Amino acid sequence: MTADLAYYSLVAVYSAMAIYTISFVAYALDLAKRSGDAQLAATDAARLDGRAAASASATASRGSSTVVLDRPVTTPGRDGADASGRRRPSRFERVATSLMVLGLLVHVASVVMRGVAAERVPWANMFEFSLTGTAIIVGVYLLVKQFVDISFLGAYVMGLNLILLAIGTVNYYVAVVPLQPALQSAWLVIHVLVAILGTGFFAIAAGLSIVQLIQTRREQAKLAGLGFMQTLPGADRLEDLAYRVALVGFVLWTFTLIAGAVWAERAWGRYWGWDTKEVWTFIIWVLYAGYIHARATRGWRGSRSSWLSIIGFAAVMFNFSVVNVFFKGLHAYSGL
Amino acid sequence: MARSSDREPLTSADETDASADPLRPSDHVDSVAAPASGGGVAQPRLGPIGYLRFFWRQLTSMKTALFLLMLLAVAAIPGSLVPQRTSDPNGVVQYRTDNPDLFPILDKLGVFDTYSSPWFSAVYLLLFISLIGCIIPRTKHHFEALRARPPKTPARLSRLAGYRTVTIEQGGGGADRPSVTAAAAVEAARAQLKRAGYRTEVFGDSVSAERGYLRETGNLVFHAALVGVLLTVGVGGGFGYAGQRVVVEGQTFTNVLGSYDSFNPGRWFDDSQLSPFSITLDRFTTDYEEQNKDALGQATDYTADVTTRTRGGDDDEKRQIKVNSPLAIGDSNVYLLGNGYAVDVTVRDGDGDVAFRDTVPFLPQNTNLMSQGVIKVPDAVPEQLGMIGFFYPSAVDTESGMLASSYPDTLNPVLSLNVYTGDLGLDDGVPRSVYALDTVGLTEVAGADADTSAIRVTPGETADLPNGLGTVTFDGVKRFASFDVHHDPSQLWVLLFAGLSFAGLLTALFVPRRRVWVKARDTGSGLVLEYAGLARGEDPTLERAVGDITRTHLTGLGVPEQAAKAVASGEATASTSRDADSSSAVDGRKLSS
Repeated sequence: MTADLAYYSLVAVYSAMAIYTISFVAYALDLAKRSGDAQLAATDAARLDGRAAASASATASRGSSTVVLDRPVTTPGRDGADASGRRRPSRFERVATSLMVLGLLVHVASVVMRGVAAERVPWANMFEFSLTGTAIIVGVYLLVKQFVDISFLGAYVMGLNLILLAIGTVNYYVAVVPLQPALQSAWLVIHVLVAILGTGFFAIAAGLSIVQLIQTRREQAKLAGLGFMQTLPGADRLEDLAYRVALVGFVLWTFTLIAGAVWAERAWGRYWGWDTKEVWTFIIWVLYAGYIHARATRGWRGSRSSWLSIIGFAAVMFNFSVVNVFFKGLHAYSGL
Repeated sequence: MARSSDREPLTSADETDASADPLRPSDHVDSVAAPASGGGVAQPRLGPIGYLRFFWRQLTSMKTALFLLMLLAVAAIPGSLVPQRTSDPNGVVQYRTDNPDLFPILDKLGVFDTYSSPWFSAVYLLLFISLIGCIIPRTKHHFEALRARPPKTPARLSRLAGYRTVTIEQGGGGADRPSVTAAAAVEAARAQLKRAGYRTEVFGDSVSAERGYLRETGNLVFHAALVGVLLTVGVGGGFGYAGQRVVVEGQTFTNVLGSYDSFNPGRWFDDSQLSPFSITLDRFTTDYEEQNKDALGQATDYTADVTTRTRGGDDDEKRQIKVNSPLAIGDSNVYLLGNGYAVDVTVRDGDGDVAFRDTVPFLPQNTNLMSQGVIKVPDAVPEQLGMIGFFYPSAVDTESGMLASSYPDTLNPVLSLNVYTGDLGLDDGVPRSVYALDTVGLTEVAGADADTSAIRVTPGETADLPNGLGTVTFDGVKRFASFDVHHDPSQLWVLLFAGLSFAGLLTALFVPRRRVWVKARDTGSGLVLEYAGLARGEDPTLERAVGDITRTHLTGLGVPEQAAKAVASGEATASTSRDADSSSAVDGRKLSS
């Protein structure tokens, strides 16, 4: 029974990966199409400019009057996708998102089966952490997408997910085994789940920061070639989004740290002992604290602070992979 | 978006009321930039006080705080790369053996005690001084701001975020409805904002409102609580102690200094802090996985059944200690951190006298609990005896002829002993580990390098030592538990401050601080209403908030829901050309924007 369910869980995650792969391709095609759209729009705009400048005037960003046009014209450029409301998603993007949702459903089924097979929460070793964590990243992406159009991150999310799932299933897979006594605690549910959630938000924030860096370079005309970047929000807007998503991650990470200390007190008799994993969790916390401060420091807002967000996420990944496997410490739960 | 206040130079309105703003270091993005001084302006010479002031300003600036934060992150890394004396002392010893050349250099640098090293301490202490230097003036300033009134309404609201204006044409169609005066509209806005938790102040034809003081309060609480965490950890930790003790089944541990195997007192510890109690380990049980083929023999539960006695309570109490479930006794906590096998051994010397009879804990070496221990018999005649023992709970023969353990439970317990003779070095006053035998200078009489092979005994069996040195009897196997006793009176305080800082963080990040103005003017064409907001710090929902205020206010003034909504959402398209439509929509009151 247990072995069967674990097997079905594995089948499900491989299926989810197949669906994610198609979704990834579709997202990539969407980005390619954006390049074409951007070019077309540029040509259109040039044509319109000649004819009637007045009728094509964009909406005033703020003020007392709003001119409503018969047909909304998507103005390309910096705030194109922004000021004129939501960009109409391309067919590729709609297909990609649908597949992503489908993939997530299969993925979640895999997570649930793994949990049922193990008769506990499905995040007690590195394989399960990867399995659940990647599902959470997709979930966070879809959640944020409900509020802001970040569909340009789809390719990043799918690509990152596929890499993590590949590593998780190939290198970290372990059969279902019972929990060792040290992990038998309610804190396993709370501490690790919140850590995974935080990781999900950091992943999306890092993606936004990467796009922001590219956008900044494009705006400085250093990277004029990337046409699809024109259909994305401006660097300022991307920075705002990255910051807000990272803030949620930071709050969750702070909670992880505190909950971890409480658990450590119960399990190991001390709330803080500079165990390698504790050290890296602390380093990540300090990095993101630095990121938040950097954004409030004159001269650091913009590209400089966004590097910190990316470094922070790199540290999260390092903490999960290298520290777990190669560093000696009490958090030795990889099961490898 | 609320970018205007975030990035652009502040509007003239803000400079007039700097006192109501959160006080920030001069290089904070929200601070007013100091006027750029021309290139080579000669500065007055700074006196000692001037220099102090200069360094203090540098230390409390955002850039320094940021730099120190980054430095703290980097400084913490070495401690994760090499073993630390506090958490992994054996690892440090091993590191010294593995890297004899590198070790002294690294040790000089203090990386084996990274988190108490001078350089690490310097970084965090500077950071906290910088932090304190920031929060004290800010707290003072915030107390003043809490008592201050909202600032005067800026002259031109149209430059601010979420600006909306609408003209209500008075008495155009319905003479039966009284027209709204500007004063009434302002009063309505004031009441509405007050209800919404804003602090309000009426300035002539406008109302100025501000909310979200809790944001700065949260910010200050967060940072102050971090200082609290540092102080309670640093100072409070000194009042506690931690001790370790291995207890074999049947043995009793009494909480006095001498009975600990190792003991780490806090800086201000003294013996009187050890509360009197004793713990007898009655039974230690391990549950093993027996169904799951992938995890056969994996321990699934450890239980230490103990009997406790405290001075106050005369009766013995039966309690349990488990992993993740420590025993609270006499304001200390007792944790179950390890376990293993202990062997009962009797050694008779060459004269047939009992030279040794004891239970010796053996340290587990692998997951199947092959365990190693040392038996020292200094009283044996004619020669002192030392033995290095290997205990196999489920012994099996391997191809090489060695024994191995195939299961952690005692299915086939075998004790294998390598026997040495010679001076054990116990009489020269140098402390020796009970878990190690220094074989230098000893003669191996039984074992791999001796004529006689290692002695193997099963429980109840007696074997002869070679050369008539005597006999050894394996009397039986017991379990031992390794207990940690911790007493840390500051723990709850640390948790309290950590909780406070978390709550402060939440309010500091998610409570929006904003100002809102509503202006009403009677003009020839009607009552002109203006709405605008200003973010104080990160405030993504400002636009929407001003919109909501606009809608509620207009509805309150009798403007139909639909029209109010349209104005609020910024989609109002009522231009002069559509007068006819809008007049019908507002029922007698023409609405134009």
